[in-house]
Amino acid sequence: MGGSPPLAVRFDHVSRHFGDVKAVDDLSLDIFDGEFFTFLGPSGSGKTTCLRLLAGFDQPTSGRILLHGRDVTGQPPFEREVNTVFQDYALFPHMSVGDNIAYGLMIRKVEKGERRKRVAEMLDLVRMPGLEQRTPAQLSGGQRQRVALARALILRPRVLLLDEPLGALDLKLRQQMQVELKAIQEKVGITFLYVTHDQEEALTMSDRIAVFNNGRVEQIGSPPELYESPGSRFVADFVGVSNLISGPIAERIRGSAEVFSVRPEKIQIRETDSIAPDGYCSIEGRVKEVIYLGMHTRYVVELDGGGDLTVVEQNREATSMEVLAARGRKVRLVWHPTHNRRLGTAE
Amino acid sequence: MSPTRPARDRDSQGPEERPVLLRIASFLYLRPSLVLALLLGPPLVWMIVVYLGSLVFLLIQSFFSLDPFTGQVIRVLTLATYKDLWTPANLDIFFRTATMAAVVTVTTAVLAFPLAYFMARYASTRLKTVLYLAVLLPLWSSYLVRVYAWRLILAKEGILNWFIQQLDLTRVLDLLLRAPVIGGPSLSVSFLGMFIVFVYVWLPYMILPVQAALERVPRSLLEASGDLGARPGQTLRHVTLPLAFPGVIAGSIFTFSLTLGDFVVPYSLGNSSFFIGQAVLSLTGTAFNIPLAAAFTVVPMGIMAFYLVGARTLGAFDAL
Repeated sequence: MGGSPPLAVRFDHVSRHFGDVKAVDDLSLDIFDGEFFTFLGPSGSGKTTCLRLLAGFDQPTSGRILLHGRDVTGQPPFEREVNTVFQDYALFPHMSVGDNIAYGLMIRKVEKGERRKRVAEMLDLVRMPGLEQRTPAQLSGGQRQRVALARALILRPRVLLLDEPLGALDLKLRQQMQVELKAIQEKVGITFLYVTHDQEEALTMSDRIAVFNNGRVEQIGSPPELYESPGSRFVADFVGVSNLISGPIAERIRGSAEVFSVRPEKIQIRETDSIAPDGYCSIEGRVKEVIYLGMHTRYVVELDGGGDLTVVEQNREATSMEVLAARGRKVRLVWHPTHNRRLGTAE
Repeated sequence: MSPTRPARDRDSQGPEERPVLLRIASFLYLRPSLVLALLLGPPLVWMIVVYLGSLVFLLIQSFFSLDPFTGQVIRVLTLATYKDLWTPANLDIFFRTATMAAVVTVTTAVLAFPLAYFMARYASTRLKTVLYLAVLLPLWSSYLVRVYAWRLILAKEGILNWFIQQLDLTRVLDLLLRAPVIGGPSLSVSFLGMFIVFVYVWLPYMILPVQAALERVPRSLLEASGDLGARPGQTLRHVTLPLAFPGVIAGSIFTFSLTLGDFVVPYSLGNSSFFIGQAVLSLTGTAFNIPLAAAFTVVPMGIMAFYLVGARTLGAFDAL
């Protein structure tokens, strides 16, 4: 334990039940100071409930929540040193951008000149200098997002909570904001707790990710750990695309019927008469579907003996004509066995 | 003609022979301005002819005058009637009515807000329906009946007096009734009683718009305010109230203007000190001075216009 940074947040056996529904079920996890930590999971998996418990909008049915070592369970939001960026931004429509950002300072009775100075700093940080006088209605979605971020950051919270803040933005803007958010986090050095259902977003920004499923955490790990060593079938399937292989086919490939997974980009497509390199896994099948995606192509290969495998290949040399002509062709799939992942043992 | 046409169209001769309804629908679909004209025509005609038209006639009437000897209306435009309006007695009536309207409006707003807040924030869908009904139910019965019912409730022998006696508060009531202006021989003949009845009859008109305005405030705004350190009272002051204010103004337009023009409540519960509505009633009735009656009704319109401009200056509509 000696080398780890101080704790920012600790969930200690936290549950939140709504009647019979266990939205969060006996959850324990630690988030370290300065981390970009992500709650990843499908909708209804309990990740947003967890965030609301930490913000203080909701109280746990049982368990404790610690913020920098202090028990905050039972404290209202206005006593907690965390701030939130809401999914719908929640900007006050009757206030200007400047007044929105200064809201927390106004409540704390910070003197006007100081407020103005810090609002300007925040607008610089989110790259919207000089827009104090605008109203939220005059802003684009991306700009509203930045104002919401500035409003939450101006109070210099110890932990910033972000509830799917990029969900309403289009893909290009979302990708740009992901990079920017990460840069801002590194600049201000505040712990970010990010909630998303988008696995790519989680992989892009996070230091560590907790994968949520049915109110429980399936696995916690860095993006490479989760991607390369998924601990469960759910994680393998939710983080990236996985081929799950079991039964007789698994037995033919690995000599054991135990379920395992292999990522689509690890599989190579060869001619049927080619011989698989020594020690490689190999199986034959027929290309059922070809989905041309520009940068790469996704093939669905129907295996001899039943079941499909998804294969992704970069379109480095192949033209779209060549790629699409592969439909219906008999092929041999080969991959190195180091890419096989046994599931269900870890965590 | 096409062999793939469904069987029910077997008899039709081609695409021109579409059903009439479909043809009308297509015709209208391609002419949105015609649809708009058809939709807006009747209400616009109604508004312009009946509503604005009668207002314009009213305005014109107020610029006519009454011949003091024959009692005939002289149809020549003049400001003489407005000069007659400008007497200390009449100014008293305007002041009395406007003050009552203002006090009633403020009171209904204060009473309506907590209930509207509860309905918008906390009530379940079921409870909300029940509360809607409870708010609207009084409006199902005749307004006259309700005002007379209140006269009985407020009367010296009425239930309210009995209740006050049981609570041993008769002295407090007597003290109130002895007060100048608001007092009177009993609650049923006093401005205090009138005020109570006005608040009662106009309260639903305040609750509903305030509730609608509060309903439109997303929960996340209130959470964001708390998240940024505001205590519930501060959230109320800085977020909830400013966003509910347009609803309060909408409601106050009802309560204020309805009080300004009402004659039933002052007639039933008042004394010889007239309100605008009573003055108009007596001028159109016994005195038959239509021009002066018209001039009298222009006054509340002026007060309302003044009120709305004032509300806008105060920023009441900024959050719309």
